[in-house]
Amino acid sequence: MYRYDEFDETIVRERVAEFRGQVERRLSGDLSEDEFKPLRLMNGLYLQLHAYMLRVAIPYGTLSSRQLRRLGHIARKYDKGYGHFTTRQNIQFNWPALIDVPDILSDLADVEMHAIQTSGNCIRNVTSDPYAGAAAGEVDDPRVWSEVIRQWSSLHPEFSFLPRKFKIAVTASDRDRAAVKVHDIGLRIHRNDAGDRGFEVLVGGGLGRTPYIGRTIRAFLPEIHLISYLEAIMRVYNRLGRRDNKYKARIKILVADDVEAFRRAVEEEWEKSDRPRLDFPLEEIMRVRRHFAPPRFEKLTEESASLDRARRDNADFDRWVATNVASHRQPGYAIANISLKPIGKPPGDITADQLEAVANIAERYSFDEARATHEQNLCLPHVRKDDLHEVWRALERAGLAAANIGLVSDIIACPGLDYCDLANTRSIPIAERIAERFADPERAADIGELKIKISGCINACGHHHVGHIGILGVDKKGDEFYQILLGGSGAEDAALGEITGRGFSSTEVVDAVERLVGFYKSNRQGGERFLDAYRRLGPDPFKEVLYGDVAHQQ
Amino acid sequence: MATLRISNKGVAVNERPLGEEISLSDWRAGVKPEAGRFELSIPNTEDVEALSEIIRRFDAIILEFPDFRDGRAYSQARVLRERLGYRGEIRARGNVLCDQAAFMVRAGFDALEIGGGDVDGFRRAISAYSFHYQSAADGVTPVHSLRAAKRVAA
Repeated sequence: MYRYDEFDETIVRERVAEFRGQVERRLSGDLSEDEFKPLRLMNGLYLQLHAYMLRVAIPYGTLSSRQLRRLGHIARKYDKGYGHFTTRQNIQFNWPALIDVPDILSDLADVEMHAIQTSGNCIRNVTSDPYAGAAAGEVDDPRVWSEVIRQWSSLHPEFSFLPRKFKIAVTASDRDRAAVKVHDIGLRIHRNDAGDRGFEVLVGGGLGRTPYIGRTIRAFLPEIHLISYLEAIMRVYNRLGRRDNKYKARIKILVADDVEAFRRAVEEEWEKSDRPRLDFPLEEIMRVRRHFAPPRFEKLTEESASLDRARRDNADFDRWVATNVASHRQPGYAIANISLKPIGKPPGDITADQLEAVANIAERYSFDEARATHEQNLCLPHVRKDDLHEVWRALERAGLAAANIGLVSDIIACPGLDYCDLANTRSIPIAERIAERFADPERAADIGELKIKISGCINACGHHHVGHIGILGVDKKGDEFYQILLGGSGAEDAALGEITGRGFSSTEVVDAVERLVGFYKSNRQGGERFLDAYRRLGPDPFKEVLYGDVAHQQ
Repeated sequence: MATLRISNKGVAVNERPLGEEISLSDWRAGVKPEAGRFELSIPNTEDVEALSEIIRRFDAIILEFPDFRDGRAYSQARVLRERLGYRGEIRARGNVLCDQAAFMVRAGFDALEIGGGDVDGFRRAISAYSFHYQSAADGVTPVHSLRAAKRVAA
């Protein structure tokens, strides 16, 4: 993991001191809420429906045990005993008091954490693959470049007042676990025909009111020029992005307008730029890289007799391994996913006790490290297969052993009307009721991979556009209705879902999802996923399943 | 109207412009400076690179922040300093708040029109951070170079 040196530490401490002064000025009345707003937003502090909400950055999702314990401490001391993992690998606390926030930031700084740029129209916390350094098939470790981007983008003097917020994601694998195609900038590390490493640069992806899949503006950028090229993109966007209309201000609108013109503008800007001065030097990249050296893996055989025995003896453990455990590049090791989607609970929520339990498990069994995923779960990146059974038992004791990763109940949902002042409808209760409907683990396993994503308004924080089944809450004359979208994906096969038709009431929508699943099960071929079946059969039979009966009745 | 002037000697406060102000639109309409010192005010929608011939005639360039959220002038200032090598004063005008002052100085501004703003607050804000990660227009050595220097010294 990356560890701060004196420079990183000083910058974060000075940030806390600066914000402490600003909060004092707000509390004494020297600053109005209007004047204070942009300052608190730059420190991740939102004013929500009921209270302040503090969003803490977890750069590229990596967490040490010490950091997890500190998050637990913050949840207990300053909040109501829990936190909420977001779709951008961050964690939010929903009930802090303003007067406590400088102390919270100071507590975070003690463990090399901060809330810098988790809100505001700046470059947000960079996200990456939660399996970085663990999964097979990586061209490079994306955390190296994510950390370089974190440093470059922190308190950037030119790009802190952009037309709109700006999100960058990095992957180094053909399996996209970072949703790079739906980010303002998506970076895919790969090798060119000559065998050199570099970035495919995608720009202008995003969800929200007008969703787009990112466009490739450069197929291969030599890795050492990453920062100068990012500066060129940001400068073109800062100059030309729309500022007259908040809903047309994201870079995706500028790119969609004329992707060729945008690409030319970036290339021209980059050609003129002083690259040797802007790019981070190779020795700095190497310094950062040393922080991500592989942990001291033991030499093990790929097969684990104790794991096989435990799986035979315990059906629940066997199911958990089948759904939650992914293969590791190192023989004898595995990646263990921790679902934060237990049946009937808000997706992504975690209690202080659970944060501490994960800390203890990560410390003992996963080289002191856990990761947050963009699907609002956690994972333990480096677990010995021989230890999986003990890890599972410890997770079970903490109420964290839900065996549903990637399944129908592993739902992404925004906070919705229960917390958010933008939302039109509730999201969490819909997610809970769908999960309850499919609570039978045998049935869920039989349905297989099915990504349901729920947003409580068109701002799409629940990523409904890229759900295999997407659900969008809309307000119709004071009543909550839910539209269904089908066929979306946020992975390497990225696609935007299509709206099927009129919305369903909150009581109808769970039945509608069940009808879709039933139709898929009776029509799937071979090992086809729901999404594959939808792509093969097209939207019409699925719409028939949703609306056929209703049409008869009308 | 107080103007802060920032140099390596510190932050000074005074109210005088450096010369007579001419707007870019006046210049384009044919108003040309003759003798004396002049300042050019440029809207934040302009591509300053296209003005490289014009700016050399002026002692100061005034860039606009119609709203502190509108950050286009940061890019203009960096291009003026880093690409066009402009050495005169670059002055920020408009919604200039102390909480953006450090960014402005890093982007190449060396004068801020702060109106009735709190001078001490600006002074504190400008020196709030000891280190910076990026290369920008203020000539500050970025953190990665400080790290390299430290390794050499060790």
